Amino acid sequence: MTRRRSAGRLRAWHLAAGVALLTALAAASLLVGVGDVTPAGLLGGRDEDLHLLVESRLPRLLAVLLAGTAMSVAGLVMMHITGNRFVSPSTAGTTESATLGVLVATLFAGGEAVIVKMALAVACALLGTFVFMTILRRLTFRDMILVPLVGIMFGGVIGAATTFVAYRYDLLQTLGAWTSGDFSAVLRGRYELLWLAGGVTLLGYLYADRFTVAGMGRSFAINLGVRYDRVVNAGLVLASVITAVVVVTVGEIPFVSLIVPNLVTLALGDNLRYALPATALAGAFFVLLCDVAGRLIRFPYEIPVSTVLGVVGSAIFLVLLLRGGRRMGVR
Amino acid sequence: MSATTTTSGTPVAAGTAVPTATAFAAARRRERRMLAVLALLALAAVAAFAFIGIKGNWEFALAIRFRKIATMAVVGVAIAWSSVLFQTVTGNRILTPSIMGFDQLFVLIQTVIVFLFGALALATADPRLLFSGQVAAMVGFSTLLHRWLFGRRGRDLYVMVLAGVIFGTLFGSLANLAARLINPNDFVVLQDSLFASLNQVDPGLLGFSALLIGAMAAWTLRLRHRLDVVALGRDHATNLGVDHAAVVNRALVIVAVLVSVATALVGPITFLGLLVANLARQLVGTFRHGVLLPAAALIAVITLVGGQLILERVFTMDTALTVIVNFVGGVYFIALLIRESRR
Repeated sequence: MTRRRSAGRLRAWHLAAGVALLTALAAASLLVGVGDVTPAGLLGGRDEDLHLLVESRLPRLLAVLLAGTAMSVAGLVMMHITGNRFVSPSTAGTTESATLGVLVATLFAGGEAVIVKMALAVACALLGTFVFMTILRRLTFRDMILVPLVGIMFGGVIGAATTFVAYRYDLLQTLGAWTSGDFSAVLRGRYELLWLAGGVTLLGYLYADRFTVAGMGRSFAINLGVRYDRVVNAGLVLASVITAVVVVTVGEIPFVSLIVPNLVTLALGDNLRYALPATALAGAFFVLLCDVAGRLIRFPYEIPVSTVLGVVGSAIFLVLLLRGGRRMGVR
Repeated sequence: MSATTTTSGTPVAAGTAVPTATAFAAARRRERRMLAVLALLALAAVAAFAFIGIKGNWEFALAIRFRKIATMAVVGVAIAWSSVLFQTVTGNRILTPSIMGFDQLFVLIQTVIVFLFGALALATADPRLLFSGQVAAMVGFSTLLHRWLFGRRGRDLYVMVLAGVIFGTLFGSLANLAARLINPNDFVVLQDSLFASLNQVDPGLLGFSALLIGAMAAWTLRLRHRLDVVALGRDHATNLGVDHAAVVNRALVIVAVLVSVATALVGPITFLGLLVANLARQLVGTFRHGVLLPAAALIAVITLVGGQLILERVFTMDTALTVIVNFVGGVYFIALLIRESRR
């Protein structure tokens, strides 16, 4: 009992420090960019500075925070409902299915409102994830590593299908623009859908205890009186909605949903009540750090966040896989 | 360890008693028949590709088509042989150089060269010299990578494959990052050199590649009996008096050269090697590399030429061959994973 309480105290302290760190980074990110925004100018009430801040910098910051939070929580939830540390939207075909959905929406509902396109993307993401779960149930021997491997290949197949369709309708270039997650085009009025992802993420917190129990396995969860299938489906819907919204608004944000939940649960354990807020915070911090780095590496040009994440994320994942595998129960 | 043994090929079909001389002879005949059938099919595909639907000047059309066929043959042999070799030295049937990220590594090396020396160097340097430099870097890197990944024993097969897939992503992302740091003019040159499609292969490079492939093929064939022994695993090979490490090292050099050639000519095709290597094992049902390698190469040529034919005639060039190969190959790979996991 005492041990748990002290862990809780430690967590509160960590959360406070994390929030402070994130706030500092967020403030700094507001000042990074080609156009000059200076604290002096803002305090002095210079119109250009204020305008730039409200129309571009602030929306961008909010988009980064929302996308980072939502993606990492989606990964955490998928990790729990599949009982596999390496399953996330980017390793279960969810992201690729959502991209296919955006393509289908562009082809057949190009004139409709954004919300219709997004509904199509969500539907496709759900469908793809359910197909993956069906394949998963057919695997008799569930190796911890085999499952994400099948998921990545499944995503690759869907990606090939997407490329095929895009090639036929001469949309490859457009497709390339969505596929690479990039916050440089975010302006006021262009990112607000992400609040929806933020809302769904909050809903995830209400379900946190049930996800935790579901993560202990089907029979265990049912014994504890949890409606296992319903919880699993709720988790899949949550992850699919978040992924689709992020893909529609800013593009694919790779590896965040895989790495952040893993690092956080390595440090804090599997109880989602504690892990979920920390994951949300860490996800926002990680994506913001990569976004700022992408803006600074080749100033005044920008490198898309997906490229930075591709390098940093795959490197971290390799270390997790080859070095930390033992601790994560792989071998 | 158990995963490795179940995924390596079984030399003798289960259920057969001690094989007699006549049984061996029958098996040899079956292998030869299968090779002949594959050769005929490959010839048919080539003939169909060369002669169907020519309108206008025959000489001109044939010259273009034969250059395409030559490219596909060179690439097919390179991918098929490198995959078979790689599967032999790693002792399992799911890995191929492409899945382990080797062709992405080649793309990365090429990008880094442009990044360091600029496009001018790329354009003015002798392409053969440049290519040799790239291949040398490739051999060095892939040997290091292989040492690091396979050096320790008891690595789980699936960990290896997943690590390979992620290595591919890492190399791809790094190349992408380097490409963004290059100045725009250099980038255009780089992109041209990376997206050499079947239609616009430099004849000089093609000839040089064919020469390289020929040399590698001869080397591989000289190694074929030792490869048969290495396929039994490190312990058996050592017991039988074969220097396992030496053969593996040579095979890795050959693999690196072959992958470089194939990637330089047409870019990464992830799943072709997996498809042809496994089909070859299934169709000829042998472990002997003297038969397996030609069979895989023929299947690769049939796949590439036949696929390109269907692409040009049925889809009227509405997609890229690599997309179809990756789609079919991806589905096949998932099926393979599921089947392996059920053993």
